[in-house]
Amino acid sequence: MRVALFVTCVNDALYPGTGIATARLLERLGCEVHFPQAQTCCGQPQFNTGYRRETEPLVHRMADAFAGYDHVVCPSGSCVAMIRDNYPRMGRRARAEGRGGTLAYAAAELRPRVYELTEFLVDVLEVVDVGAYFPYTVTYHPSCHGLRLLRLGDRPRRLLEAVEGLRLRELPHAEECCGFGGTFAVKNPDVSTAMGVDKAKNALSTGADVLCGGDNSCLMHLGGILRRHDQPQRPLHLAEILASTRDGSGTSRAPGAPGASAPHGRSPA
Amino acid sequence: MSETFLGMPAFPDAAKSAVRDRTLRRNLRHATRTIRDKRAAAVAELDDWQRLRAAGRQIKERTLRHLDGYLVQLEESVTAAGGTVHWAADAAEANAVVADLVKATGEREVVKVKSMATQEIGLNEALAAEGITAYETDLAELIVQLGHDRPSHILVPAIHRNRGEIRDIFRTEMGRWGRPAPDGLGDDPDGLAEAARLHLREKFLRAKVGVSGANFLVAETGTAVVVESEGNGRMSLTLPETLITVAGIEKIVPTWQDLEVFLQTLPRSSTAERMNPYTSTWTGTTGGDGPSAFHLVLLDNGRTETLADEVGRQALRCIRCSACLNVCPVYERAGGHAYGSVYPGPIGAILSPQLRGLQTETDASLPYASSLCGACYDVCPVAIDIPEVLVHLRERVAEQGGSGHRLERAAVRAAGWLLDRPRALAAGERAASAARGLAGAAHGRLPGPGAAQWTSSRELPELPARSFRDWWRRNHG
Repeated sequence: MRVALFVTCVNDALYPGTGIATARLLERLGCEVHFPQAQTCCGQPQFNTGYRRETEPLVHRMADAFAGYDHVVCPSGSCVAMIRDNYPRMGRRARAEGRGGTLAYAAAELRPRVYELTEFLVDVLEVVDVGAYFPYTVTYHPSCHGLRLLRLGDRPRRLLEAVEGLRLRELPHAEECCGFGGTFAVKNPDVSTAMGVDKAKNALSTGADVLCGGDNSCLMHLGGILRRHDQPQRPLHLAEILASTRDGSGTSRAPGAPGASAPHGRSPA
Repeated sequence: MSETFLGMPAFPDAAKSAVRDRTLRRNLRHATRTIRDKRAAAVAELDDWQRLRAAGRQIKERTLRHLDGYLVQLEESVTAAGGTVHWAADAAEANAVVADLVKATGEREVVKVKSMATQEIGLNEALAAEGITAYETDLAELIVQLGHDRPSHILVPAIHRNRGEIRDIFRTEMGRWGRPAPDGLGDDPDGLAEAARLHLREKFLRAKVGVSGANFLVAETGTAVVVESEGNGRMSLTLPETLITVAGIEKIVPTWQDLEVFLQTLPRSSTAERMNPYTSTWTGTTGGDGPSAFHLVLLDNGRTETLADEVGRQALRCIRCSACLNVCPVYERAGGHAYGSVYPGPIGAILSPQLRGLQTETDASLPYASSLCGACYDVCPVAIDIPEVLVHLRERVAEQGGSGHRLERAAVRAAGWLLDRPRALAAGERAASAARGLAGAAHGRLPGPGAAQWTSSRELPELPARSFRDWWRRNHG
């Protein structure tokens, strides 16, 4: 199956290991992975901070970059939610403002072809056991947009439970927001940090080696807090766990060992 | 008397001190989590919850779309039933109407049913300025009033107080307002409730004028509805000779049949009760039964403006259940006072700036007082998409410029330029990676807007040796 990878701007610039893991995982599962170079950013930070009009060119850029692909796969729940919920909303607003239907058309044309990674694995490829090996204890934080906007449900859990060697620990109050919230993290740093500290405490209470999530922006916030408090628990994107194999070929950081080198500052091989 | 919210700092500053107040954090965590779990259980009992939610939304949407017609119908029904309708464009007009009505009775005190509308307009303070004392009779409002405090929650205005604090307030303040607290008052709930009961009873029996809000106004019959848990509202609604009700124009439902939906969703959403304990309805006046004079003050105070906003108008569907406050992680940590309004929490963050306008620093900060986690939308019994309205109001704040938004817009435009040029973006990423380890970056401190706010409590991620884009080009190019 021919698949386009929408890596997201955060993963491209800060967490290339997640992009690499996603590409290798999809290739291992038999996909022909493409990376359209014209992609940049879905525009979520700008849009959510109140700059809707400034975000509009990125809707067109995204639609153009992924034209011709039936499956666009993205390792970020919140970026997919941006495309699924806010792109059509932007299109409707542009039309209501008398600026025609081009934006709405671009949004509608792209929207049904975009999948969050776990959706693509479970719903399209219909795999739960992806052949991964990860011999560590893991707790999973379901980020808000994956949980409440995409309704990912138990897809991430089913994928994790099928990983050989992985022991999953229940995260208390998992459904609560970690406090990242995009620009909220810097516009309201005190509340954001208070939420993050509570989430980190809950994650630490599980005793897990790894704090897994499907959105690196949330993990960047939580990882920053864990590191500030000298906690060894490692934040790690779900894709990197699913890409890990017994021979260590799947991850960027072979073997995908928690505690190795820089926590959450992952470098591609 | 209770204090006002005038002159409050913007949300981030107000929240900063709240986050550090350990007693407040403990009180709020305990209270919100308890009610949150109870609500979830009460809602889960109903198979048709989502249909009830959709029905509530549709009834409110339709009513707001034809509000002009329903308001006229309501006025006719109330008048035909023996009541008098007064129209108030803003808080000052509403307060003047109520003060004049009270003065016309010759009375100098009123008993009050818990009401958000009268808090919104600052009625107690306005009456005090006219020499009229308003006694709050809702237990939590009484605690707030006796404590010279401000409400911090729509339904549980004293949620920020614990039992020990309430005992202290009763001991020191009750005597100044009427019957003092009993000797040796402890902090057990039964004892505190009994002290309030004794204190309030003399107010109920003496009062000649009652002032209330309304949860609903039924247009077809002119019936006002108050939904409460304690029975203190029922006392204030039935014992006085004159009853004055102040309600926002959005409180209308067309028919009794519509009311049926909300009398299911409101109790479960607000107090997690299957059926509301005290639901009082009254239609004008009835000889020999209850107040002999009934006045309804219909309040606009920014509602027509809000209705004109295509995205923002959904805030007017709110039935004040406060489920969004109880589930909100920001409210839980910042507390209600930080919102600088009688309407705190997620609904307050979209309602206050629309009713009051976005001009003050506080109101302009409220749309940002959310991580957009969406928990509020999930629990809202009338499906107000609060995150959607928050983002929409952020757009309005950004458009009006001022305090940092001009700089922010410039940064967004610069980023937009870069993000529309993948080659330039790739070059920028390479430059950043090459510079890693230089200057402050090695210590997790980067310059730039927002960096200090980030690094005061969190480490920055390390920059990778190369971007994904570069890795791909090397391996697949």
